[in-house]
Amino acid sequence: MSLFKYSAPSSFYPLAGKLVPWFGTLAFVAAVIGLYLGLFVAPEDFQQGEVYRIIFIHVPTAWMAMFIYLLMAGYAVLTLVYQTRLSAMMMEALAPTGAMFTAIALWTGALWGKPTWGTYWAWDARMTSTLILLFLYVGYIALVNAIEDKKRADKAGALLVLVGSVNVPIIYFSVKWWNTLHQGASVSITQGNKMAAIMLAAMAIMAFACWMYSIAVAFCRVRAIILEREGQSQWVKSIKEAVS
Amino acid sequence: MSAVLPRANELTTPERGVWVAMRRDLRLAVRSKGELAQALAFFVIVVSLFPLAIGPESALLKRVAPGVVWVCALLAVMLTLPRIFQSDYLDGTLEQLALSRYPLPVLCAGKMIAHWLTTGVPLAITAPLLGLQFGLEGRELMVIVAGLILGTPILTMLGAIGAALVLGVRGGSILMALLVLPLYIPVLIFGAGAAEASMVGVDVTANLSLLAAMLLIGMVVTPFAAAAAVKISLD
Amino acid sequence: MNWVEFFSMDGKGFFVWGSFGVFLLCIVVEIVLVRRRIDCAQQSVRDSIAAGEAGTGRTAQ
Repeated sequence: MSLFKYSAPSSFYPLAGKLVPWFGTLAFVAAVIGLYLGLFVAPEDFQQGEVYRIIFIHVPTAWMAMFIYLLMAGYAVLTLVYQTRLSAMMMEALAPTGAMFTAIALWTGALWGKPTWGTYWAWDARMTSTLILLFLYVGYIALVNAIEDKKRADKAGALLVLVGSVNVPIIYFSVKWWNTLHQGASVSITQGNKMAAIMLAAMAIMAFACWMYSIAVAFCRVRAIILEREGQSQWVKSIKEAVS
Repeated sequence: MSAVLPRANELTTPERGVWVAMRRDLRLAVRSKGELAQALAFFVIVVSLFPLAIGPESALLKRVAPGVVWVCALLAVMLTLPRIFQSDYLDGTLEQLALSRYPLPVLCAGKMIAHWLTTGVPLAITAPLLGLQFGLEGRELMVIVAGLILGTPILTMLGAIGAALVLGVRGGSILMALLVLPLYIPVLIFGAGAAEASMVGVDVTANLSLLAAMLLIGMVVTPFAAAAAVKISLD
Repeated sequence: MNWVEFFSMDGKGFFVWGSFGVFLLCIVVEIVLVRRRIDCAQQSVRDSIAAGEAGTGRTAQ
């Protein structure tokens, strides 16, 4: 019962307001620790040199890019099956952050690729499917913004994300297939096997920081969305917290 | 309209629903021959632009031919997508269809088939002529046609979902391109991949089977997704 | 620790700091935008409450 109670925007709004500072603080602390470990403590990689430090933000952001889309697909199911308003608002709140992480993953991937592979961009399976993931985010955001009727926008966006999420594995597989066909001497990412424990720890902490950050920002944004949509309703005006 | 709603004593089996919706859309398409020809003309013209842009060197043209033909076919299909639902939406027929005795997914399936027969099939038939211009030969042309026959219905089915989602939305056509094109990528990869495999003498069945598999999955799933999208847009 | 050496990152400073810099910049910009959005939303709710009170006040008189 307690979980479902918070699926109503009126009770989620104050809850999110209380949680945002906590997640924000967690994110900040984890980021400071992660960056310290990644930039100062972790030793230089014997093959790639200092440039490998980019993976401390590249890998976490790439994970978040995929994870947030998956999360949106989960909310899409809730939106279409249970018709909950909050789940659609969460999708809308998550999408910009997901798109941002996808863009950062691509950007850092390019900056890592130049000194390591000798090229900013390779039509590698992972990079290509990340690019397509960015297109999927952009499509969702464009669709939701273009439809003026919010109820319709919620459902249309949810359906699009659901169709997109079914396609993501197909896209990844097809791009991989295409890639093996076209690249005889393909660029291979040989990391992980010889990663020191400290590097893994720094990466995990950075991933945790990105995760907490996403929650904090999404909660904050969903609060704004709730007010924008339901600002005229009685419950908003009845709680002082909403406007203070 | 009257052709769509079943008469009182008529059977309303799903097959019949597919047939009724398909026949109606085909009739409408035949009546406006111009639209049919436009997509085809677009396809031919855009494909013909490529030699002008990249030069007449035959080895290079042959190398890019599968990709060019596939991308242009994909764009041509995309441009015709509004035809599936747009006019029915504007004149209110779509609402009647949603309320008719036939389930909406069944009617959507019929509309998809009609759309494929009036775009995908003509494109597949025209493609070999364009392939000849690029120096492709017998077997390679056959593979392109086979790929298009298997691939264009998938483009229609995925596109129908996008077309339904943007019904009545301002700037809908460019928005639809944003939604639909990323979803088209696997079809493009396997379709052009098959054509390319035939050029280098590799077995093409892998690519074509994957297209066929996607087609089968799409046939089961997309009518429901398109119907859901239509319902969302009508609410 | 030598700071000059640290910032040069083996001479690959552009790539490393280009990545970290853009990452931080994006996050700062996003936080500012979200802050502004919720402030804006709260302000408009406050405005509508104030307008509502003023409206009822006038009808009461």
